Amino acid sequence: MNGYTFAEKALARAAGLSAARAGDILDVQPDLIFSHDNSAAIRRIFEQTGAPAVVRPERIAITLDHAVPAPTTQHAQNHAEIRRWVQEQHIRHFFEVGRGICHQVISEEALVLPGETILGADSHSTHYGWLGAFGMGIGRTEMAALWAVGELWLRVPESMKITLNGKLQRGVTIKDASLRILGDLGVAGGQYRAVEFAGDTLSTLALDERPVLPNMMAEFGAMSAYLPPDQAVFDYLEPRRTRAYTPLYPDHDAIYAEEYTLDVSNLEPQIALPHQPDNVVPLSEVIGQPVQQAFLGTCTNGRFEDLQAAAEVLRGHRVRCRLVVIPASSQVFLQAVQSGVLAALVEAGAAVGTPGCGPCMGNHMGIPSPDEATVSSANRNFRGRMGTPDAPVYLASPYVVAASAICGHLADPREFLPGHNPL
Amino acid sequence: MTVHRVWVYGDNVNTDVIFPGKYTYTLKTPEEIAAHALEDLDPAFASGVRPGDVIVAGRNWGSGSSREQAVTTLKYAGVPVIIAASFGGLYFRNCINQGIWPVVCPDLSQWVQTGETIEINRQAEQILAAGRVFAIPSLSPSVQAILEGGGLLPMLQRRFGKVDT
Repeated sequence: MNGYTFAEKALARAAGLSAARAGDILDVQPDLIFSHDNSAAIRRIFEQTGAPAVVRPERIAITLDHAVPAPTTQHAQNHAEIRRWVQEQHIRHFFEVGRGICHQVISEEALVLPGETILGADSHSTHYGWLGAFGMGIGRTEMAALWAVGELWLRVPESMKITLNGKLQRGVTIKDASLRILGDLGVAGGQYRAVEFAGDTLSTLALDERPVLPNMMAEFGAMSAYLPPDQAVFDYLEPRRTRAYTPLYPDHDAIYAEEYTLDVSNLEPQIALPHQPDNVVPLSEVIGQPVQQAFLGTCTNGRFEDLQAAAEVLRGHRVRCRLVVIPASSQVFLQAVQSGVLAALVEAGAAVGTPGCGPCMGNHMGIPSPDEATVSSANRNFRGRMGTPDAPVYLASPYVVAASAICGHLADPREFLPGHNPL
Repeated sequence: MTVHRVWVYGDNVNTDVIFPGKYTYTLKTPEEIAAHALEDLDPAFASGVRPGDVIVAGRNWGSGSSREQAVTTLKYAGVPVIIAASFGGLYFRNCINQGIWPVVCPDLSQWVQTGETIEINRQAEQILAAGRVFAIPSLSPSVQAILEGGGLLPMLQRRFGKVDT
């Protein structure tokens, strides 16, 4: 008999079973469930169920991050309704305006651990694969059901193995590799699958880079995505965790629906053109396209090393177009302040915002005008995503965002990196 | 054993052609939503569908958006079962949570044509069509309970003794 994939093992564990196979439908009890500014809408569905109170409030997290601080009265009322609900139901993990984006905050707080299962009312819940957890996005009705009864049915997805080999060159990031995967396989390439990453590239990635891969797999149609956790992850979690955990790894003879291998050693910077994340070309094909705004932030690329990468490019330069910088969390913000990275960004002309999602899904803090192009470090560039249907949005790495901000057009960051030798 | 007339479609039918996005915030009543079912895929469907008819499709039925109307438009049109070689992940979950039965059957769409009839035997977990037997994958008892109860919300309402919506 063949071995088991990570998804098979993790969901069997969450369902209290000794084993499960792809295709099985299980009732899982997640280790953590979370929502964000959508929690008030979920509360209203919860009320319709007739359930007396939420079950296991110690396993629920709510983060205010999508429109913070409240840009309108309506948003403020939404936040107020959520705060009342959190108090009333004794929801254990509540993160106020300014703490950061749910995925970053839950990671920093170690509320989910390797081998555990986390379900979130947010499509980028694939993010938690960087910790070796099974993370999946669900709908509002499903979250209301989890609040009411603590369990939810899931069909164990087939798995797909993506092997990344080689070391990325300087100025090229795991974001570029993620975009290349989307470009090669398309936005439905991972439909209803769990993606397992493997290969020698993974251990060369800094901790801040790792979430990019599973986070971007939401754009791939994947239900979940996983990186095998290593000592670096365990060391990160050690001072933060509040319970024990047992990591899970796939068996060497597990069954995969598809396998794909990418050698990243000669990868060039990549970019997704409007209006889909798989509309990917090498950056060199579109150098010189004008941009009026550059956005650095989001759960994909708003961590300290992302800000540091941008600062490396920007030091000694002034931006020629607007540069909006939004740290992914208060911890990232603080580290950027203490290290001098934030000073470098502000000196170069950046406008810095409150930790949160910022303009990523078009709520506030950097909505483009219809005739303005934005280069963004985010994950999704569907038409209208940033709030303006006709405004083109390009997706790229923090390096590319920074270099393009200096030039006012799409630019290769490698020319701006210290130690660069022009040919 | 139940007998159903089938409507057969191909691969990669997305939620936009099942229920166009332009209607998602304007149409509210079941009748209105059902009237636009498959509008951009098969204009004959909405006027021709009869309660009890089922969809038989190829791979990746319902890919794309998470909109629940792409499921309810067929539910309100009287379609109790959707059979496909595979489903978009969110669509599959939406089917069950809205009380419409999604059946994964890799080959059926190659054996039947629109207008023909098939027999579904829930107890035996089999479909009889074109003189052949096709297996129906089993569902867990809890998912079965959601489907039979009409969806996730009605099931929870009964569980918590709240009958009215």
